[in-house]
Amino acid sequence: MNSFDSNPATNSLISSEADSQRTLYPYVTGTSVVGIKYKDGILLAADMGGSYGSTLRYKSVERLKPVGKHSLIGASGEISDFQEIMRYLDDLILSDNMWDDGNSLGPKEVHNYLTRVMYNRRNKFNPLWNSLVLGGVKNGQKYLGTVSMIGVHYEDNHVATGFGNHLARPLLRDEWRENLTFEEGVILLEKCMRVLLYRDRSAVNKLQVLFSLCGIHNS
Amino acid sequence: MFRNQYDTDVTTWSPAGRLFQVEYAMEAVKQGSAAIGLRSKSHVVLACVNKSNSELSSHQKKIFKVDDHIGVAISGLTADGRVLSRYMRNECINYFYSYESQLPVGRLVVQLADKAQVCTQRSWKRPYGVGLLVGGLDESGAHLYYNCPSGNYFEYQAFAIGSRSQAAKTYLERKFETFMESSRENLIKDALFALRETLQGEKLTSSTCTIAVVGVGEAFHILDQETVQALINEFEIAGEEAPADEAAAPDQADDSESSATAADQVTPSDPDVAPMDM
Repeated sequence: MNSFDSNPATNSLISSEADSQRTLYPYVTGTSVVGIKYKDGILLAADMGGSYGSTLRYKSVERLKPVGKHSLIGASGEISDFQEIMRYLDDLILSDNMWDDGNSLGPKEVHNYLTRVMYNRRNKFNPLWNSLVLGGVKNGQKYLGTVSMIGVHYEDNHVATGFGNHLARPLLRDEWRENLTFEEGVILLEKCMRVLLYRDRSAVNKLQVLFSLCGIHNS
Repeated sequence: MFRNQYDTDVTTWSPAGRLFQVEYAMEAVKQGSAAIGLRSKSHVVLACVNKSNSELSSHQKKIFKVDDHIGVAISGLTADGRVLSRYMRNECINYFYSYESQLPVGRLVVQLADKAQVCTQRSWKRPYGVGLLVGGLDESGAHLYYNCPSGNYFEYQAFAIGSRSQAAKTYLERKFETFMESSRENLIKDALFALRETLQGEKLTSSTCTIAVVGVGEAFHILDQETVQALINEFEIAGEEAPADEAAAPDQADDSESSATAADQVTPSDPDVAPMDM
């Protein structure tokens, strides 16, 4: 961090020379992620598109990934920043595993860690341009939360990013209930993704769905 | 132990493979007043003898709350203990800030042990002269650890450190198998009995001891004097099984030697074997 302050290019928050070193606008972006809790755990869905402005350029981008033994993460926004976040998380999980002591970071801990990272970057005017969904199950407890690029974070029974907030969440508010079965959950998510495909210009018709089960480790 | 030509620096090995400065630091722990810890599946109890410089002064603080789920009892150089407690509190707070979840005790003791080890390998430092009984709760249950100036740490079902701790250890050795399933009350009772052993005849009252408890659904806290006195009265009046038949009878005039000579505590050991490999 010291090198940042002695370098005149970076010691002013809004100096123009530093502009090349911080994210001003995103380039390759993913669109909505939708997540719900169901009876046995968490379901996340996102399409596999990476847009380059208004061009639907990349069609096999995995925007949902498992994290450690207990969690799943989904990201919308700048794909390269998501890849950076995955690197941070890989380091985090590695250090956690190296303790080799039977303790492990659960979804709540990962969510909080990400919140701190996102907020910290926002404070430096160099955000990771993503909205993240973080869900998982640990010791039978289901957890589903979201973090935005400015560090706003909350948990809920169903969350979404981007357009998903406007198009999917109203559907979920009406139709989500406690203890959905896996099949019911998938059907509900599919309904949300269909509406997003109809109405979101940056949606593509190829989906990725991840689920996290009680008692099952991601392997 | 006697002075020898290898004991000036912590960074000097003896030909027998011992670091005398570290061993001397462990002696300092033995000189401190007794501290005892025991644990069950769901609770940990820490107890210690209150030592004060004179009748006019207050007693030294030997039990520190580190977080809601962790507490520590120390024996030895209390100043070192206070500084290490501050470090532990800091670590717990920082972990909670990043992860909104409690630092697992097992990880805290490793960090503490690593910190102690550094002092055994720097020529400009000295080992911490304090032994810590760290009691805490995490996802895997209740744990009691002992951290030593050498940088070693061990997990215990029950343990005692400080002067006259051997008497407490003997009591604990007899009863430790029952601790895992013990109730909270019985665990505290056992801690008081064990503490009484170290007093060798001095009267056990709430002013001569401090008790602290942490358990599932119960944050770490030090029991207040009235509660402790009530517990002491309870087991003395109820005439519970004498903890040890060979225990010093209350009226035995015991000119307890000043804790300066801990000769009775040191089990005869082979002078060539490093005692830190316990």
